[in-house]
Amino acid sequence: MLSRSRMPMLSDSHRAARRAPVSEPTPAPAFIRNGDGVHVRVGATEAETHAEGALFIAAHGALVVSDLHLEKGSSFALRGQLIPPYDTRATLKRLAALIERLKPDIVVSLGDSFHDIGGPARMAPMDRKELKRLVGKADWVWIEGNHDPEIPGALGGRTMRELRLGELTLRHEPREGAARGEIAGHLHPCARVSSRGRSVRARCFAADGERLVMPAFGAYAGGLNVRDVAFAPIFPAGAAAVLMGRGKLYPVAGARLIADA
Amino acid sequence: MDDGRPIAKLPQRFEDWFAARGWRPRPHQLELAEAAAQGSSALLIAPTGGGKTLAGFLPSLIELADVSASRSRRHALHTLYISPLKALTADVARNLEIPAREMGLNIRIETRTGDTPPAKRTRQRAFPPDILLTTPEQVMLLMASEHPRVFFEDLRAIIIDEIHAVAPTKRGDLLALALARIGAWAPAARRIGLSATVADPDALASWLGGVQKEAPPPPLRGRAGRGGVQKSARRQPTTSAPHPLPPPRKGEGDALIRMQIIRGAGGAAAHVEVLESEALVPWAGHTGRHAMREVYEAIRRAKIALVFVNTRAQAELTFQELWRVNDDGLPIALHHGSLDVAQRRKVETAMAAGALRAVVCTSTLDLGIDWGEVDLVIQMGAPKGCSRLVQRIGRANHRLDEPSNALLVPNNRFEVLECRAAKDAVAEGALDGEVARVGGLDCLAQHIMGASCGEPFEADALYAEAISTAPYAALTRETFDRALATVATGGYALRSYDRYRRIVQDPNTNLWRARGKQAAQQHRMNVGAIVEADYLDVRLVSPRTMGLRRAAAIAARKGENTAVISRANALGGGRRLGKIEEWLIESMSPGDTFLFAGEIVRFEAVMETEALVTRAPDAREPKIPSYAGGKFPLSTYLAERVRKMLHDRKSWKHLPEQVREWLTLQAQRSIIPKHDELLVETFPRANKFYLVCYPFEGRLAQQTLGMLLTRRLERMGKKPLGFVASEYAMSVWGFEPLTDVDMDKLFDEDMLGDDLDAWLAEAALMKRTFRTCAIIAGMIEKRAPGSEKSGRQITFSTDLIYDVLRQHEPDHLLLQAAFADAGEGFLDIRRLASLLKRVKGRIVHRDLDRTSPLAVPVMMEIGKELVGAAGEEQVLKDASEALLAEALG
Repeated sequence: MLSRSRMPMLSDSHRAARRAPVSEPTPAPAFIRNGDGVHVRVGATEAETHAEGALFIAAHGALVVSDLHLEKGSSFALRGQLIPPYDTRATLKRLAALIERLKPDIVVSLGDSFHDIGGPARMAPMDRKELKRLVGKADWVWIEGNHDPEIPGALGGRTMRELRLGELTLRHEPREGAARGEIAGHLHPCARVSSRGRSVRARCFAADGERLVMPAFGAYAGGLNVRDVAFAPIFPAGAAAVLMGRGKLYPVAGARLIADA
Repeated sequence: MDDGRPIAKLPQRFEDWFAARGWRPRPHQLELAEAAAQGSSALLIAPTGGGKTLAGFLPSLIELADVSASRSRRHALHTLYISPLKALTADVARNLEIPAREMGLNIRIETRTGDTPPAKRTRQRAFPPDILLTTPEQVMLLMASEHPRVFFEDLRAIIIDEIHAVAPTKRGDLLALALARIGAWAPAARRIGLSATVADPDALASWLGGVQKEAPPPPLRGRAGRGGVQKSARRQPTTSAPHPLPPPRKGEGDALIRMQIIRGAGGAAAHVEVLESEALVPWAGHTGRHAMREVYEAIRRAKIALVFVNTRAQAELTFQELWRVNDDGLPIALHHGSLDVAQRRKVETAMAAGALRAVVCTSTLDLGIDWGEVDLVIQMGAPKGCSRLVQRIGRANHRLDEPSNALLVPNNRFEVLECRAAKDAVAEGALDGEVARVGGLDCLAQHIMGASCGEPFEADALYAEAISTAPYAALTRETFDRALATVATGGYALRSYDRYRRIVQDPNTNLWRARGKQAAQQHRMNVGAIVEADYLDVRLVSPRTMGLRRAAAIAARKGENTAVISRANALGGGRRLGKIEEWLIESMSPGDTFLFAGEIVRFEAVMETEALVTRAPDAREPKIPSYAGGKFPLSTYLAERVRKMLHDRKSWKHLPEQVREWLTLQAQRSIIPKHDELLVETFPRANKFYLVCYPFEGRLAQQTLGMLLTRRLERMGKKPLGFVASEYAMSVWGFEPLTDVDMDKLFDEDMLGDDLDAWLAEAALMKRTFRTCAIIAGMIEKRAPGSEKSGRQITFSTDLIYDVLRQHEPDHLLLQAAFADAGEGFLDIRRLASLLKRVKGRIVHRDLDRTSPLAVPVMMEIGKELVGAAGEEQVLKDASEALLAEALG
């Protein structure tokens, strides 16, 4: 591995106080630049973030994705809004490319894999076949989510409420209060930054060095700003974010993240 | 028009009424009455103030006078009046009541708009009035209501007011389609269009009357009705070629309905002045600040003045600046589309009562009821087109025999040229030619859904109706069938939504109808083509209560039901000032100040769909939302005149001295291009290298050009850094000299192929365009029964939908619709295409050692904005770099 420089402490308290009424500045660096890539620290474990919105924990050979929300399109069609049915396909295509590239031993889908309980039954045959093929490529773990408490056994893989990997705990909904080593999803974090009179909102990884919240992976999944009060109990001292640009990741200090006004 | 032809007299009671008022029927009023008596439709073209509206209604009043005497007649709709302005329906109804009452006509005149209570609407359907005044959206809604035929079949007249403003829009597409359907139910109804002066009356007449196809398609049997009536190449999914135009049409001869064009007498010639400011005319910018004292003096000398500006931000600024110099405390008001409706009505009422000396306004007052007392129209900034200018000038002095007075106030040097060109054009009576509009496929989809909610239809019949309208005359059966499929199942190649159909076909009758009441209900809530940008209500609150409101919002979001929420609720709303585009608010941080509703306010927070602001009287310089230029592009016709004037030195003598000196200097340092040439200059400046060209084709087209040229230069290894476009010029710059670039190759038309395609894939503007199409076509709902979805959710998901659809089904009908819109709207690709064609082989390149005089204005725009996806990445990069800098510094 080439030069790896650790980030020193970030402190910019007066600015954070002006921008963020609900949280304090980030106390410890969560993100480490590594060439073009960005590593994230969760407790004592380091993992790679990927621009598709996935996390790779090299120490365990584990690929983690969260909130796939498969069949969200068809759930809207059920209610009369015929939005394009290709979201499942688009999501699986990105996932397949990641599996191909990283060759993980374990794939963890961190809950809300399907948008609703009827999702698996509505899948197009071609998409179901592709999903089964992917599940067969690794030790596949479905973490139960609030949208999809049951995953049909026919899809393969094993279903768990949470998974422990060394000191890490992987679960769908983040616990309130301290939870060192937790990797969760559910909140669909996104962040907004501004410069030169413009602002950009993008999905992101949110982390404070202790724990991490994954971005939603699903093609149609929406997002919740990390400045929202829902994040406050999880990151009492605020979180830094890695924003997903076009095929590139941008780590940004917590103090520079702005609320959705 | 007095050509000596004897004109029929009006019935005695009408003649008496005119006489009692001391009036005589005008010739065009008589002509229209005669045309109607012969069962002919008519397009009446007359300047404002010519008694146009009364002319439109006279034939109906004459007919109704005969039947109104009979007590036992049944309730039937006789005349449908359609106005693009909701407020106008009420004003016109009031004005119409007067002759009806004074002549003792026993007729019912009612209005119907979005504000009409449901009970009244229901009653109107059961017991129609004789004359109904309404909006295009209500007509679409009536067409999509149950048993529409019964409501419309007795109709004898359809009057469309301000038809020139409706026809070239998406609302016009939908209205034309609805009229075709209503026309089939009420074949006896004649149509009357009321229009301001237009360059091409024949085109407007065929919009009004519909077009006759040479060979109507034979009825086709069979389920899907997929007929080979007109086989044509499927339209390209991407706009690699200029927008397809409908086949040329002859005018009146082809009309589906017998149609006459009647012209009212023209008024006295307008008196137009271009302000020659004593102050230095700025090189760039759009504020008009330098001339405000002179504008104020002009207002002081006039009785009542209308001050037109091109954007809302300019309106706020002009209003603010005028009050700054308003030493006499003249009553000067503000009127624009973002202000609260009640506020706008108040201004209109004060205006009608003669209580104001001036109103600063945007296009919201381009149309509307006449104010006789206005004697001066001031246009701040360049008018951008002759037709709009003529319309605006017509708002002054509605007495036809007196000339209208207008003052044009250029904001910068190029606008001096444009104002001068516009003045000459008005003097010649020249108008902008309108390019015939091709109907939007999103509108077609909405119409198909609407039709299925009303009277079930046969696909063949609906297609025949569609192609009888001018906007859809060139619609192929194949495209129509794709639109039908889009409505039914989304129209995806992956046929996974067949079981979620919105419309179904009866296997026995072949008739299509909405599937179930809920689908129909959903459609009716989303009718129309007005998809506004996402707006937030602006509410003025007191600084004292802001903290409490914030705490309440947090409690509410957490789902806590605490006392703080009820205390905050008890505070009440605070005054609603109006509404503001969400993207403008997004670019602000709490604490930023901006001009709104005539005062400086401080942005505090967004709560749900409201932007909360507090007063900021202490702030002297508000941070105005950056609004580069206007929303109207310079018209093609006016641009041509400006280019000609630039090259014609003789015409320079009419220009102010400072502008003349500027052009003379340009001739010495570089050249003045001929009117059909494109001048391209390259020069170094401060370690960078610049390329500036002067197409005069408007900011939108030139912005697209900049985007594409940047991509090309990138491929040539020139490492471009950025570009900026103004209304008149475009500049690209980078670290490498651009002297040796082959300009003919750089400006080649083939840039509209792959380069455009690749860029469109990421363009944020394209996503916004797509969103509008998806909402109009009903793929995404503006409103769902029961609740209004907040706009922010829609914005977010349409971007995702766009990405997915483009990747998996780039030929989809709605992407095609969005590309067609992009060709004219935000990206103005059609204009760019004609520019590239025009300058082929006529590019003049000058390599200079420094900035040329002509380049100064556009060079001053540099650094003001970032455009497109590259800009977005830059913002992310900045934020990320800052992290690095903070960390290492």
